[in-house]
This record gives sequence, C-alpha cells and structure tokens, in this order.
Amino acid sequence: MTESSDIAISLRRVTVRLGGRTILEDLDLDIPAGQVTAVMGPSGAGKTTVLRLVTGQLKPDAGEVWIGETRVDRLGGKALGRLRRNIGVLLQNGALFTDLTSFDNVALPLREHTRLSESLIRRIVLMKLEMVGLRGAAQLYPSELSGGMKRRVATARAMALDPGIMFYDEPFAGLDPISLGVSLRLIRDINAALGTTSVVITHDVREVAKLADHACIIADRKLVATGTPDELAASADPLVRQFMQGEPDGPVPFHYPAHALDEELMLRGESR
Amino acid sequence: MSSGAPQTALTAPLRELGRAGLFLLTAFSRMRFGPRQLAEILRQVYFAGVRSLVIIVICGFFVGLVLTLQTYDTLTRFGAADAVSTVLALSLFRELGPVLAALLFAGRAGTSITAEIGLMRATEQLDALDLMAIDPMERIVQPRLLAGLIALPALVLIFNLTAIVGGIFFAVFLMGSDPISFWANMQSSVELMRDFGGGMFKSVCFGFVAAWLAVWFGWSARPTSEGVALATTQTVIATAIAVLVLDFILSAFML
Repeated sequence: MTESSDIAISLRRVTVRLGGRTILEDLDLDIPAGQVTAVMGPSGAGKTTVLRLVTGQLKPDAGEVWIGETRVDRLGGKALGRLRRNIGVLLQNGALFTDLTSFDNVALPLREHTRLSESLIRRIVLMKLEMVGLRGAAQLYPSELSGGMKRRVATARAMALDPGIMFYDEPFAGLDPISLGVSLRLIRDINAALGTTSVVITHDVREVAKLADHACIIADRKLVATGTPDELAASADPLVRQFMQGEPDGPVPFHYPAHALDEELMLRGESR
Repeated sequence: MSSGAPQTALTAPLRELGRAGLFLLTAFSRMRFGPRQLAEILRQVYFAGVRSLVIIVICGFFVGLVLTLQTYDTLTRFGAADAVSTVLALSLFRELGPVLAALLFAGRAGTSITAEIGLMRATEQLDALDLMAIDPMERIVQPRLLAGLIALPALVLIFNLTAIVGGIFFAVFLMGSDPISFWANMQSSVELMRDFGGGMFKSVCFGFVAAWLAVWFGWSARPTSEGVALATTQTVIATAIAVLVLDFILSAFML
C-alpha cells in the first residue's frame, strides 16, 4: 500500500456517506510515523470520522484505509480487536468508567488483554499514572476528578498497552490554561517517550502551532491543506487563511444557507 | 392522506421488537463464562437484587396485609374465615408474587439499568470499550441480563415470604385466627410444583423479559439527556405490558 514506511496511516480516495449526507469524498490523507500530526478543520468537517475510519468503527463507502501494511476497512472480528489493541484513543470527555477508580480504569485493558499478574499490573498502572502526574489519585473515582484530570487518567488508560498509535479527539476543548499546558506537554512527552505516532484531532489552531510536527486541514469533504503548522499559517489559500486566522466569514460562510432576508420577511407577512 | 403514517404506526413497534430480538440473539451468541464474567454477574445481582430488597420487603408486607384484610372481611360473611390463608397463599404464589415483584423490579432495577447503559452511551463509555477491543456485549449486556434472571426469582421468594408474614400479622395477631389452622390450610391447599413451582417459573420468565427490555432500551437510547429519560420511561411501560401479557399466556398454559 504505502509508498514509504514513514507513513503510519493512509487513507486512499475515501468516501463516507452518513444519513444521506456525504461527510468525506475522495479523501487522500497520509499520517507520518513517529510524529505528532494535527488533523484540523471546521466543526462537522469529518475530523472525528477519520478517527472512526482508522479504528475500524466505520467502514468507508469507497476507498481504502491502511495502518502500516494492514487494510483496516477489510478487518472484522478478532483481527480488528488485535489491531485496536495497538491504538490508544483519548475520547473527548475521557469516557472513564464511573464505577471504577482511576487505578481500575487504567488496569482494565491490561486485565482484559494480558495474562500479567496483579502485582505486575499494579506496577504498570502506577507507572502510567505517574506519567500523567496522577499516581496520587489512583484510588479516586472519576466523580472526584476535575475535567482535566479525567482526561489525564483516560490518557494513561489509552497508553496502558503501549500502543503504536495514539489518537487524541479534541484534547483541548474546555480546558483551563493550566490543564491545557499540561495536556500539550503530555502529548509531546508521550510521543517522545514511547515513540508513538500521535494524531491530534482539533480545531485549536494556536495549540497546534505549539505541538504538531505536521498538520492537515479537512474542509468541504476533502483535504484542503497539509504541511507544517508554519506552512499552513503562511498559506495564501482563502479557506486555509480563514481557518488559521479565525475569520468569521469567508469560504466557510457565517450564515447558514437560507432564503434572502427580504424574501423571508415578506413570506411571513403574507402568511399572517 | 397517504397510507405511510398508519403503516409506520403498525410496523414501527414490530421493527423495534425485531431489533430487540436480534440484540438478544447477539448477546447470547457471544456469551462467555470465565471467572471475570461470573464476578461481574454477581456484582450485577447485587445491584439489581440487593438494592431492590427494601422496596420488595415493604411492598410484600403491605400486599399481604391488605390481601388478608379484604379476603378476611369477605370470607367471614360466608363463615369461611379459615380459608383466608388458602386464598392468600394461592394468589401470592400463582399470580401476585411474580407479577408485583416484576413490576417493582422494573421500576427499581430496570430503570436503573436502562439509565446506566444509556448514560454510558451518552458519555462514550461504550465507544471506549469498543475502542479498547473489549466487547460491550460481553462486559455490559450479558451480566445484566443474567443478573435479572437470577435476581427476580430470589426477590419473588422474599416478596411471598414477607406477604405471608403480613397476612399472619393481620389474621393471627390482629383478628385472633388460630395460627395452627392458618398454616395447616395453607399447607394442604398449596401444591409444590403446580402453585409454587409455577409461580417461580413465571418469575424466571419475567426476570428475563424485564432485564432484556431494560438493557435494550438503555442500549438503543439516544445519547442525550432526553433520550435517556425517554428510555427509562419506555422500560417501565414496556415491562409492565410485557409482564401482564406474558402472565396471561403462562397462566393459560399452566392451568
């Protein structure tokens, strides 16, 4: 499949339709191995759909999805399960199990997928929690943690099995500046320490500039730009510029499609 | 008007039933029994069963009281007050115990199961399990289904027991009936397999249906607060109807 072994994830001419709406159309996307890649785009552009495609939760209507030499969209059952053990995913709200402590949340994938002894699992879990700075919160339940702490525990859980690929879905949404700084450092540290391929799905342009080695923008069902964050910031493309500079109007219009205001007001008046 | 609307009104419940049936088949086809599954089943029996105990004991006692009060009053007019324990035991074992306990179970444990699974869906916990290559059917659905099967018959036993205690309290302690004839009449009129066994068989069926519907409505709930609220309401309504319909069918076959 891939032309180069430096590519960890590859989407080839992928089309996805959901509920009669085309989300992605003929999308080509390469995610380089061992780097932090940001997948950006306006809300509803299909960023999370990329995550669902790569983890095999969603099959494309057309096209191919590859992780290394494995074609994901043809996998099912146990083969898909084996693939997913090599992918860690931090979901937007952490998705911790509320009836389990932080420790048990992180231990869950180890208990399910390995035959390690409890003493070894305990060591691994404490090491993972130490990495995210929450070893001291091991016995706390999710209800006792702040939003940022929940995501850090969820990050520890996502990397419990030392995956080769880490996905972070909107990791900065709703975080205070300190938690945001912690998250940025954590993603960088995990990438460096474990040598993983990290994919950050976000629309936070400023954070991406600090974090990502590589970035791409999905809009209008397609990949519209790719490069380093600096290259994207300097782009002359109107859509890329609107997105990177946060302009309220441009190729992505401020107004949701509607009849002309005069026409609408007139229609309302007549109907009365 | 097109025939679409009435057609949909007719086919929608059937489609829902079909989806719920397929869901159940999938859950059973992936059934596994390891030490971890058994531990989780026991945990769910605790949540569904032990936490329903208070409501079952209180309601059972008062059902026994009121049933004895009504029958004692009526039977005394015909000089048949001794038959109070017979009426109490037969109505409890055959019908009231399983049916009322199942309805209480749906209100207490069923809604709790639906809300829990619905919120797991809304907060992406089911997605997280799937992404960790842990089958949500195996980890979430199966233990709760089996817990309903185990917990409701046990709750029916306790319901019947406390209702009889309520009956004794009214007939013997308040009305002064002879305790020996109370017990003797009950013992001679109840057939172990037909009356007691039949009621227990019903309770297994009701437990299964109540757990199935609770899990299904939670699983298929829309991942919003309104969706979860609607799903819990649907659980109570659907379980009440299913239990009463099933009770009639089972009773017709058992008599």
